[in-house]
Amino acid sequence: MGNLLSLTTFIPLLGAGILALFLRGDDHAAQRNAKWVALATTVFTFAVSLFILAGFDPAAPGFQFVEDRQWLLGMRYKIGVDGISLLFVMLTTFLMPLVIAACWDVTHRVKEYMIAFLVLETLMIGVFVALDLVLFYLFFEAGLIPMFLIIGIWGGKDRIYASFKFFLYTFLGSMLMLVAMVVMFAQAGTTDIPTLMAYNFSSETFPILGVQIVGGVQTLMWFAFFASFAVKMPMWPVHTWLPDAHVQAPTAGSVVLAAILLKMGGYGFLRFSLPMFPVASDIWAPLVLWLSAIAIVYTSLVALVQKDIKKLIAYSSVAHMGFVTAGIFALNQQGLDGAVFQMISHGFISGALFLGVGVIYDRMHTREIEAYGGLVNRMPAYAAVFLLFTMANVGLPGTSGFVGEFLTLMGMFQANTWVAFVATTGVIFSAGYALWLYRRVVMGDLIKESLKSITDMTAREKWIFAPLVVMTLLLGVYPSLVTDITGPSVARLVDQVEVAVAAHGTDSAIASAVAATPAQH
Amino acid sequence: METIILFAPLVGALIAGFGWRLISEAGAQWVATSLVGLAALLSWIVFLGHDGQMEQIQILRWIESGSLSTDWAIRLDRLTAIMLVVITSVSFLVHLYSFGYMAHDENFRPGESYRPRFFAYLSFFTFAMLALVTADNLVQMFFGWEGVGVASYLLIGFYFRKPSANAAAMKAFIVNRVGDFGFLLGIFGLFFLADSIQLSDIFAAAPAMARMELEFLGMEFQALEIISLLLFVGAMGKSAQLLLHTWLPDAMEGPTPVSALIHAATMVTAGVFLVSRMSPILEFAPDAKSIIVFVGATTAFFAATVGLVQNDIKRVIAYSTCSQLGYMFVAAGSGVYSVAMFHLFTHAFFKALLFLGAGSVIHAMHHEQDMRNYGGLRKKIPYTYWAMMIGTLAITGVGVPLTAIGFAGFLSKDAIIESAYAGATPYAFWLLVIAAAMTSFYSWRLIFMTFHGKPRGDRHAHDHAHESPGVMLVPLGVLSLGAIFAGMLWYAPFFGDHARVSQYFGIPTAHAAVEGDDGHGEGVVAAAEELAEGDLEHAAEAVAEDDAGHAAGVDDHATLATIAAPGQGAIYMAPENHVLDEAHHAPVWVKISPFIAMLIGLSLAYIMYIRRPELPARLAANQRPLYNFLLNKWYFDELYDYVFVRPAQAIGRFFWTRGDGNVIDGGINGVAMGIVPFFTRLAGRAQNGYVFTYAFAMVLGLALILTWMTLAGGAE
Repeated sequence: MGNLLSLTTFIPLLGAGILALFLRGDDHAAQRNAKWVALATTVFTFAVSLFILAGFDPAAPGFQFVEDRQWLLGMRYKIGVDGISLLFVMLTTFLMPLVIAACWDVTHRVKEYMIAFLVLETLMIGVFVALDLVLFYLFFEAGLIPMFLIIGIWGGKDRIYASFKFFLYTFLGSMLMLVAMVVMFAQAGTTDIPTLMAYNFSSETFPILGVQIVGGVQTLMWFAFFASFAVKMPMWPVHTWLPDAHVQAPTAGSVVLAAILLKMGGYGFLRFSLPMFPVASDIWAPLVLWLSAIAIVYTSLVALVQKDIKKLIAYSSVAHMGFVTAGIFALNQQGLDGAVFQMISHGFISGALFLGVGVIYDRMHTREIEAYGGLVNRMPAYAAVFLLFTMANVGLPGTSGFVGEFLTLMGMFQANTWVAFVATTGVIFSAGYALWLYRRVVMGDLIKESLKSITDMTAREKWIFAPLVVMTLLLGVYPSLVTDITGPSVARLVDQVEVAVAAHGTDSAIASAVAATPAQH
Repeated sequence: METIILFAPLVGALIAGFGWRLISEAGAQWVATSLVGLAALLSWIVFLGHDGQMEQIQILRWIESGSLSTDWAIRLDRLTAIMLVVITSVSFLVHLYSFGYMAHDENFRPGESYRPRFFAYLSFFTFAMLALVTADNLVQMFFGWEGVGVASYLLIGFYFRKPSANAAAMKAFIVNRVGDFGFLLGIFGLFFLADSIQLSDIFAAAPAMARMELEFLGMEFQALEIISLLLFVGAMGKSAQLLLHTWLPDAMEGPTPVSALIHAATMVTAGVFLVSRMSPILEFAPDAKSIIVFVGATTAFFAATVGLVQNDIKRVIAYSTCSQLGYMFVAAGSGVYSVAMFHLFTHAFFKALLFLGAGSVIHAMHHEQDMRNYGGLRKKIPYTYWAMMIGTLAITGVGVPLTAIGFAGFLSKDAIIESAYAGATPYAFWLLVIAAAMTSFYSWRLIFMTFHGKPRGDRHAHDHAHESPGVMLVPLGVLSLGAIFAGMLWYAPFFGDHARVSQYFGIPTAHAAVEGDDGHGEGVVAAAEELAEGDLEHAAEAVAEDDAGHAAGVDDHATLATIAAPGQGAIYMAPENHVLDEAHHAPVWVKISPFIAMLIGLSLAYIMYIRRPELPARLAANQRPLYNFLLNKWYFDELYDYVFVRPAQAIGRFFWTRGDGNVIDGGINGVAMGIVPFFTRLAGRAQNGYVFTYAFAMVLGLALILTWMTLAGGAE
């Protein structure tokens, strides 16, 4: 099975193709078939991906399951996974069956809906496995389209505004990345990602229009990539597309967006910014750390005053991504391990939270917090599940939410105590907005007339949550499941950055000694 | 065995919480209770059989990242053993008591099953608390720390239909999070310095860390001072010390058994436990210790003043708890951790007793909690009366002055006050003595208002007042025994002579003259210093030399000197820490001062509530501003609302509408002004679906090309 990774990547696309070509009609039976085909495809994809997980050797350096072929116009089709990307692939394949199951009650253009999700799955996995710049860019950009459609066709009232905002923000961000990729190709003469990761881009300071660019070429390219990934994360202050997109997106769309698509930014930092531009990463780390710390406090405060449940959770997502970016740019083992862990864990937790909103939205057709209250009276199972994920969102030890938050904060503390201090206040704020939401929606007496006949979760809904509950608790109690896989890859990445930064330090020391001029900054 | 103690309550919680439909409500209650009972039994075996030596039991790997490595593990030493018996015993009794107390509850509708949930929460709490005290590293301790916080949140908000209960639950969690903020930063700092968060590693590194500087928030600190302070912030939250105390009185919204277990005997003492546990760090942080003493003494005083005027029976006891915790912190801050633990130990018995007694009164009075509607209940509920009486005798500190004979609180509280005289500031000492008088006053006030005088309030409730069932009275009886004898039985190991205390806590000692003026103790002192620097071999040599050279030179002043390195033994007292010995040699007036304070408080209460019952109202009228100030708890809640809660919301709203709305979106949309008309046109077309169909076809096409290329790309 030499092409296991390709199989995992393209099985969903195959499913989409089958749906598109062979499924006719839009009656009830056809809709059912479409859903079953999609579910079967995603489950099968997950099953195949388990073989990759089983065959992966965390201790071995470099990429595994590598496939490298000629492609069109002299470009190469090269894919593979290392300890960092493997987990994102697994996260994607694990979540997609749940996503499909979560749209079981959709009746509007079901076939296209399923196709969109299946295509999206292929593109998302593709982003995480691509080992060629061009391939990566294709997957990265193409992923926008199905998501754009999911929001724009199956979304809420203001879906058009939200879908365009989503598209333009993320698309404009990636334009600069494309330019940087061209420059990289011009300099290094290859688009092969492993080669580029080892390539030493110049970090010599040079002036542009009289301004000294510290970190030289690396800095310029670092910023180009940063523009794209920061929007994708999203980082403050380019986060405003996310709440709008979430509010308008259908439940399943929100789950994919929060659980997987947001992780592409973080993955990009780990795959490109750090290994390819280590010196620039080191120079600009304080900037990212501060933006992240601001994001955590700012968006937590904003979350505190939201009136729409989905918007509140969306802002909380931005805050949690703040922990991720800060962890990455702490540039140490704990920070990076924590960042990867936080992304995986946030995939489960935010996914579950958005599904939780979906459960009550399906019943009441409103996301206004005001419209709810006292759900525990009629929905005890829902109350229990929602409590678990609220607590996980707050970062309670014993749930996966804690491990990521703890490790990233620990990483930050070693990098900059001020940042750690500001970011740790997030621990207080998150308790504030999350518990307040829980209180207003779930607790209290059931007074509102409209809620008097609301029903608890169905068996299907419970089965969707079950795997998420298991993963959240399992990773909280035994996080080594993740860190054993990421640890070695992260350790190598940290080494690589440290070596590069040290080399840069000596280079500039020698340079300045020879030139006998004081340092520029 | 320790593993069974730890997990039995968790198993009970899971069975009761999820399996009660299978085994019936009563079955769930019995399973949870008997498993905690099992844990209690084993805990006593461990406690009584413990020889002071530390044991570690590894269970499972936990968070690992680079040089950070944590396990789920059990660290069993004297501190843990003490906490084990306190937690499991009180928890078992509270479980038992809840059979009666929770049998009927009008907060729930007929047919609603709330009992299994209640027992599941109680057992879960017990597990989390055990995880906290058995932790062998700081992260596991934090797990327990937060776990008890959640259990507390769930139990305070147990009456989920009551808005006040929900508000109190939230407040408890969030205020505790403020403390956790400090705790977390403390953990990060320790890892930064010691490259480990294992307690043993940290303790071993303590002397070295004491010489380090830590740059925190742009300032240079002596590393262990700032770490100790940060950890203490965590302790302040959990133990409701001043500034972070506001949640505790509100927590009384929970059912009374919860208040007894969580908010009196166990969870709130976690902060004291933390400070004692970290004694090897604290001993190198004299300034942090002074701050702990200051906060503890101020809290003891503040809470006592508020307790004087409260009318809700549970709130009086809640403020009393807050105040007693302050006492414990003063002891810990003075450097006599054994005494802090002593008071923690005795306090658990008599405070749980008082709370459960109050619960029995509330039960008898049909959930009336206002003492102004009590009166003359002595005859109606005699057993409860005597139990409360014993609790009051214990908390006010009744005993025979200058001996070790008395109720539990007499011995432990007096030990703290003597230690405060010897090791803390006059400020702390005097505040504690004054607080002792106030403690006596409000405790007797409670007894007099509830059980003496004439019945007040609703006649009907008084007529139907009834003694509680046996299942509630048995726990009262057991705790009464503890409240009477716990102090006398365990006086020596906690506050006896240095040797006894050291032996009890597993601290190695050497026999030599320390205070002798002939200098024979130098060897030991030198040894201690060298040990403190981690130099075991030289330390042993120094002792040996000293012993050999001056074996006969031991004179009357000879005492045992601690030569333990930090981390050896459950607590650590630095070689220069003589507070324990000095406390024993405190002047007589110091030793009897708490007793006199107690008498003053008793007399005042007697005069005001038995002899001249009209006096309190007149006094309140005369001193209206002071009375209001105390009744409103020094206006802390109002202050926090103005300073923190409202500004946070206002800032949030500002960021949202101005920041996100005007500046960011406005700015970006402004730039994109040219695109907007295009936007709308597209949107118009998108409405009828064409654009989407095109886009759709594009994606599919792209996908197909990609697939074809892949498959047909040729093998290489």
